[in-house]
Amino acid sequence: MKKRWLSLVSLLLVFSFIISGCSSSTSTKDKDDKKAAKLEIFSWWTGAGEEDGLKALIKLFKEKYPNVPVENAAVAGGAGTNAKAVLASRMQGNDPPATFQVHGGAELNAGWVAAGKMEPLNDLYEKEGWKDKFPQSLIDMVSKDGNIYSVPVNIHRGNVIWYNKKIFADNGLTPPKTFDEFFAVADKLKTKGITPLSLGDKEPWTATMLFEDILVGTIGTEKYIKLWSGDLPLNDPGVVEATKTFKKMLDYVNADHSSRNWQDASQMVGKGEAAMNVMGDWAKGYFVNDLKLKTNEDFGFITTPGTEGDFLVITDTFGLPKGVKNPDDVKKFLSVLGSVEGQDAFNPLKGSIPARIDADPAKYDEYGKQTIADFKDAKLAPSLAHGSAAPEGFLTKVNQAINIFVTQKDVDQFIDSLVAASSDLKK
Amino acid sequence: MELNRTEKGSAVLPETKAKRNRKLTTDHLLALCFILPSIVLIAVFVYGFIGWTGYVSMSNWNTLVPDFSFAGLKNYAYLFQDYRFQADLRNTLVFTVLFIAVVVLAGQALAIFLDQKIRGESLFRNIFFFPMALSFVVTGVVWQWLLNPTTGVNLFLKKFGLDSMWYTNTDILAGFKWGKIEFGIPVAIIAVVIAAVWQMTGFSLAMYLAGLRAIPEELKEAARIDGASEFKVYRKVIIPLLRPITVSVIIIMAHISLKIFDLIYAMTGPGANFVTDVPGVYMFETTFRGNYYANGAAIAIIMLLFVAIFIVPYLISSRKGES
Repeated sequence: MKKRWLSLVSLLLVFSFIISGCSSSTSTKDKDDKKAAKLEIFSWWTGAGEEDGLKALIKLFKEKYPNVPVENAAVAGGAGTNAKAVLASRMQGNDPPATFQVHGGAELNAGWVAAGKMEPLNDLYEKEGWKDKFPQSLIDMVSKDGNIYSVPVNIHRGNVIWYNKKIFADNGLTPPKTFDEFFAVADKLKTKGITPLSLGDKEPWTATMLFEDILVGTIGTEKYIKLWSGDLPLNDPGVVEATKTFKKMLDYVNADHSSRNWQDASQMVGKGEAAMNVMGDWAKGYFVNDLKLKTNEDFGFITTPGTEGDFLVITDTFGLPKGVKNPDDVKKFLSVLGSVEGQDAFNPLKGSIPARIDADPAKYDEYGKQTIADFKDAKLAPSLAHGSAAPEGFLTKVNQAINIFVTQKDVDQFIDSLVAASSDLKK
Repeated sequence: MELNRTEKGSAVLPETKAKRNRKLTTDHLLALCFILPSIVLIAVFVYGFIGWTGYVSMSNWNTLVPDFSFAGLKNYAYLFQDYRFQADLRNTLVFTVLFIAVVVLAGQALAIFLDQKIRGESLFRNIFFFPMALSFVVTGVVWQWLLNPTTGVNLFLKKFGLDSMWYTNTDILAGFKWGKIEFGIPVAIIAVVIAAVWQMTGFSLAMYLAGLRAIPEELKEAARIDGASEFKVYRKVIIPLLRPITVSVIIIMAHISLKIFDLIYAMTGPGANFVTDVPGVYMFETTFRGNYYANGAAIAIIMLLFVAIFIVPYLISSRKGES
């Protein structure tokens, strides 16, 4: 009898544990509800300059709207690789952050807008009078079917060669403007035992970036854009030619490229171990802030061969997901984000240039000023490697094809896999 | 058998039988009440989700928008024709074979050495066992630095004229064309095997040491009295008696190596030309970066089947052993 009593008591205990487990989960849900009233800003800005930029932006927002509680929900990981996975899970579980970082172009339009997860922001653009404050081609990148879905905060340029000034001066070389000049320079450097081009493709998007720069340099922006809309087949002779150039370029890169990330590759130029590196202009922030180098003294910059009038654009934007509890607060944040003040608070720290055309160039360094000037007249080409040109699914397959190509250097096989992946362009 | 006998015996006293039966049912009921919560939880959160994954793997959900229309085995067919997945299968096979072989042999050898009643045995045991306490991510980061071609042990090796590319090497040993890939032993995977062995040998050492201690001294004595040399005692008596330990070590290591993700992800990533890629890494990237949810689910199911190949025969044989 006693034994049975004991077991009954313990059974009761087990159930009470379960019930208390349930009740504690309901109380966390209450907490969540309170948290939802917070303005949760989701991004992958955790690196040196970018985190400072985001904090400056949040500080500015708090000055203007002291009553709105803000939460900086940044997830670490280069190029947003981890953040995007977290975001996808949250969006599918109908638990969107109040606003989140997303690259303008396909990542926004073919991704979240097509999935029906975003609210249009036309009224906000009307109210703030933004329609002529951003370049039209940039607004097009964040629009689908006549509706605008996000606010661009910054612009990065993808088609830049960073070169070591000392190496170029010592060898009497001038930075290359065409592919012929590039290979002439690279040959000279190679005979002197200097690595001409550094690459760090531990994460394959860096090699994809190099390829897209060559692609634009070979076929030009108009044809480049047509590739992703499906108006030009991916086995176009221009693409084949660009792939061959890419293959030739790979003969000039460091042997240990697959163990390096982009910072390691940039560092080779900074330390004088390599002459050139192709990377987006966040590399400038790395040179200046982390390696303490001086623009145009220690390192120089020039557009990648054949892309002087082109601008491989990577733009970070923020939008309003459907189903958030505080859409008005989100719009307040977006209005700060899109203001001249907001853009000038964020961009000089992040090392990017403002997306608005009327921001104050005096606040930017030498590189920024020149890029702001270039941005006004250049032809904008959305970056493939950063998800602006084509859907993520297609990009994943291109990254895989690039990863194979860098080792095997089989042009036909690469073109075949591009064509095979092109069915994912329409998604 | 036991139960039958009791019933036969109690047939003389029908009252007792009824009482006993009722007692049995309340006992059963109580036991069921205890087990029920965990049965329900496991049914939903393990088997329910396995079923759900299987369902997704046969759907067309390969974008951000869920699409549950039936696709049959299309995703599986795609995977087995995919260059990357074929490379993953090769890498998993090579990794599993090398990893298990080295862990079993090294663990056994170290255990036998430690069993020689040497001084400071517990110190050595702890030193060998310590890497087990680390997470695979830490191991991955450490070995990534150690085996990096431009830093790490290579700075030392270069002084002796040895220059290895380690995990950046894209060569395939004994390779031949098979399907879309070059089948063989990727050199880069050996670097990963070294790191994994460094971490897991301590575990197999501990298992074997326990096994050695469980062998009765009389058996060894008897063999020695019969005139067996010390080497023969090990070969004919001790190592055969360690067989059940070997089976356990193989099962445990196989399920680790077939599902490995964190070590590879932290140490090398997919690698150039996918020389160090494994299904776990592919599943993560294709699902959460490429939004190919159905493909990712198909990879998960294939991985489950791989592990089942090892686990199910083990479960069946251990059930047989019980009855």
